[in-house]
Amino acid sequence: MRALTHLDRLEAESIHILRETVAEADRPVMLYSIGKDSAVMLHLARKAFLPSPLPFPLLHVDTTWKFRDMYALRDKVGAEPGIDLIVYKNPEALSRGINPFDHGPLHTDMWKTEGLKQALDKYGFDAAFGGARRDEEKSRAKERVFSFRDRNHRWDPKRQRPELWSLYNVRKNKGESMRVFPLSNWTELDVWQYIMREKIEIVPLYFAADRPTVERDGLILMVDDERMPLNGEKPVMRKVRFRTLGCYPLSGAVESGADTVEAIVAEMLLTKTSERQGRIIDKDAGGASMEKKKQEGYF
Amino acid sequence: MSRPLESEEDLIRHDVRTWLAQQEAKELLRFITCGSVDDGKSTLIGRLLYESKQIFDDQLDALESDSKRHGTQGKKIDFALLVDGLSAEREQGITIDVAYRFFTSASRKFIVADTPGHEQYTRNMVTGASTADLAVLLVDARKGVLTQTRRHSYLAKLVGIRRFVLAVNKMDLVDYDEGAFDSITADYRAFAEQIGIDDWIAIPVSGLSGDNIMSRSDRTPWYSGETLLEHLDTVPLEAAADAQKAFRMPVQWVNRPNQNFRGFSGQVASGRIALGSEVRVLPSGRTTRVDRIVLDGDLDEAVAGQSVTLTFADEIDCSRGDVIAAAGDPPEAADQFEATIVWMAEEELLPGRGYWLKLGTQMVTAMVQEPKHEINVNTLERLAAKTLGLNGIGVAELSTDREIVFEPYAVEGTSPNKVLGGFILIDKLTNATVACGMINFALRRAMNIHRQHLEVSRETHSALKGQKPAVLWFTGLSGAGKSTIANLVEKKLAARGRHTFLLDGDNVRHGLNRDLGFTEADRIENIRRVGEVARLMADAGLIVLTAFISPFRAERHMVRRMLPEGEFFEIFVDTPLAEAEQRDVKGLYAKARAGELKNFTGIDSPYEPPEKPEIHIDTTKVDAEEAAELIVEKLLSRR
Repeated sequence: MRALTHLDRLEAESIHILRETVAEADRPVMLYSIGKDSAVMLHLARKAFLPSPLPFPLLHVDTTWKFRDMYALRDKVGAEPGIDLIVYKNPEALSRGINPFDHGPLHTDMWKTEGLKQALDKYGFDAAFGGARRDEEKSRAKERVFSFRDRNHRWDPKRQRPELWSLYNVRKNKGESMRVFPLSNWTELDVWQYIMREKIEIVPLYFAADRPTVERDGLILMVDDERMPLNGEKPVMRKVRFRTLGCYPLSGAVESGADTVEAIVAEMLLTKTSERQGRIIDKDAGGASMEKKKQEGYF
Repeated sequence: MSRPLESEEDLIRHDVRTWLAQQEAKELLRFITCGSVDDGKSTLIGRLLYESKQIFDDQLDALESDSKRHGTQGKKIDFALLVDGLSAEREQGITIDVAYRFFTSASRKFIVADTPGHEQYTRNMVTGASTADLAVLLVDARKGVLTQTRRHSYLAKLVGIRRFVLAVNKMDLVDYDEGAFDSITADYRAFAEQIGIDDWIAIPVSGLSGDNIMSRSDRTPWYSGETLLEHLDTVPLEAAADAQKAFRMPVQWVNRPNQNFRGFSGQVASGRIALGSEVRVLPSGRTTRVDRIVLDGDLDEAVAGQSVTLTFADEIDCSRGDVIAAAGDPPEAADQFEATIVWMAEEELLPGRGYWLKLGTQMVTAMVQEPKHEINVNTLERLAAKTLGLNGIGVAELSTDREIVFEPYAVEGTSPNKVLGGFILIDKLTNATVACGMINFALRRAMNIHRQHLEVSRETHSALKGQKPAVLWFTGLSGAGKSTIANLVEKKLAARGRHTFLLDGDNVRHGLNRDLGFTEADRIENIRRVGEVARLMADAGLIVLTAFISPFRAERHMVRRMLPEGEFFEIFVDTPLAEAEQRDVKGLYAKARAGELKNFTGIDSPYEPPEKPEIHIDTTKVDAEEAAELIVEKLLSRR
């Protein structure tokens, strides 16, 4: 029998984390953001509990501003047998018409941070799986696999529980919760390799295609629907793809010809910029942006 | 993010599939770096990431601008800024928590736990080391082996790391002097022998200039050994040793979607298992054969490290917390141990208190005795100790409320038994992880101290009195009405010819427990003694009433466990704090509010209400007479 590879070990560790949470939490949920990391996490969850159906629902905290291709995949996944998909939209953001064009950072705060807290409180979820990886960002590099949140969903980096061996302390008091990151030790390359090895379906936006785009502040943005205000700009067809996916007005595309996973991996390996660079969200408050968001309850 | 080495770029450009196949075959090494504050640890890791091309242009741009703002290297790039993640750390110029970094070489992928060197963060170092196969110890070539170097070596060894690299850093600042390197190496050799580290090498490096990190430096012509990366690429992995041991798999989750499938999910801790292998389920000891090994398809075999689901040939009981093991070579089960404990919380260890103990997938209540000794990690001396404080390390005996399946943590000549030998302790009130521990061996004390066999049994006592014994345990705030109601209950029981005895908190403190104060530790001992006395009286056939605040759930639970099922009645005399304080029969609340009484329950010491009391008396709804009647009724109606 061959020795376990790096990918085998990561897979086994993630499955262990998923099972440990389900065994000990009262009401777990998986945050499903439709991106490639969510796709990998969902795939691992299926493996962890097979032949049983997923022992928890998926939760999509919707901002109403995702790409249409993302909604299409989400609805397809949600319709699969054994999948219980909850879609939550912050009613206040909805009624106030919060959008990325007029409201800046408030958009992320209300739709994502507030929306997530509301959804977790509404359904009483006490453990939420997220697809974050430690290689993404510096404050993530220090977060535990089981990240304890107080009653207000706040993360306190100085009061993290020590996490030893593969022993996770899932205990908490009423009202407190856990964010659980099964992909903590994966890198972006691991994720792509695994997608390829396991033939996992991902949103087509990751692959290069001709798409209508405009250029703003050095970012190439896709004009995904008619809600995008064009100040005299004419959308230009460019062959582009996305390295990370979020709200379409906030996700920068890269010009690329990569239309297979292999080509994406090759391009990614030879590129000189990091994955999160195309995201506007990290730049809100200087270098400590993500750390600040996490303390406020962001995933 | 893992990026390829420059030499691989051509292959990626022309044949990414082949390159990916090579990547897939890579192994994984997890290691830890440790050093004291100024040894240049972050710089070394930054250098490893930089040289193995883990840093993108946008990150490098940010790094250059950060280096100018916060850097300590003048105009040079400050690699330390790459890894000092949290803004608090940047402001203070220190590393405060374990951070995990990822990089790759041509043959391995690496996960680095970067841990700080400050004394107060021993727990972080232990945390980082717990998953590592190897430790890289940084020493400053100008300073040599320091107290901290010894401490880190000891801690790494304590959590089972067998392989060490002594990276003698800042060689550039001693002009790459061979003599300086040799003298540090000799110092460390003496220490390593003393604590039993026998697998180690020393490498002269400079994190700042990159000497002997990835490639051999021509500034150290006198050094002919491996570079740091060469060593990391070839050092043996503990996974190989784990696979050689006997099969063990703790059951995490029972997978039962329907009548036709009953599987047991878990991660193989050690050894391997094949279809048809005979296994033993512990602690029950039943044996069966493995029928299927399921991942997404069926496997013929599974090995240490894999997460799988097993099904059995026979329908035998098996649930979370059980351990599936090689039938012919199973681990032991016991309920008393000697363990080495690392205390990780601000609140010190309370000997005698019940903590949750999690080992593998087993969760039990454990009581830790006073430590046999504490270890001074700087001098390795054994010191007498009554407790353990934050970052204290000691050896203590502990007992669990039921048997657990375990293996000794450290085993000579092979990898440590991390899964069945390592545990954490969890505070029952705050749920914080307060300690970790490593089992040294099981004690057989309970078997050696045989109980005297009594000719007149508990049943005889009970039958003579014509009643079933019980302990009515009244708990609630001071002034809640516990003693008043307990007195009424006793009167009613006496009137019906029952044999009773009332143990009152205040009275007991004048006699049996007059040596105890009101600290948390003393309160626990107070309740333990009362519990023991109540149990003896129940053995004598009495109905015992106790009226104690007994504020902690853990201690009430401890007493409950002393008694046979159905004989312990937890009676929650539920009076809101405001109400009790307003009554203030003994004037104690006033004193506590005035600061004259310390550790007063409800004021500056917590009360943990019962979660599922047998009887719940809401004194705002019923008076003492009604409450007493209700309790008597409930007691006498039991079968």
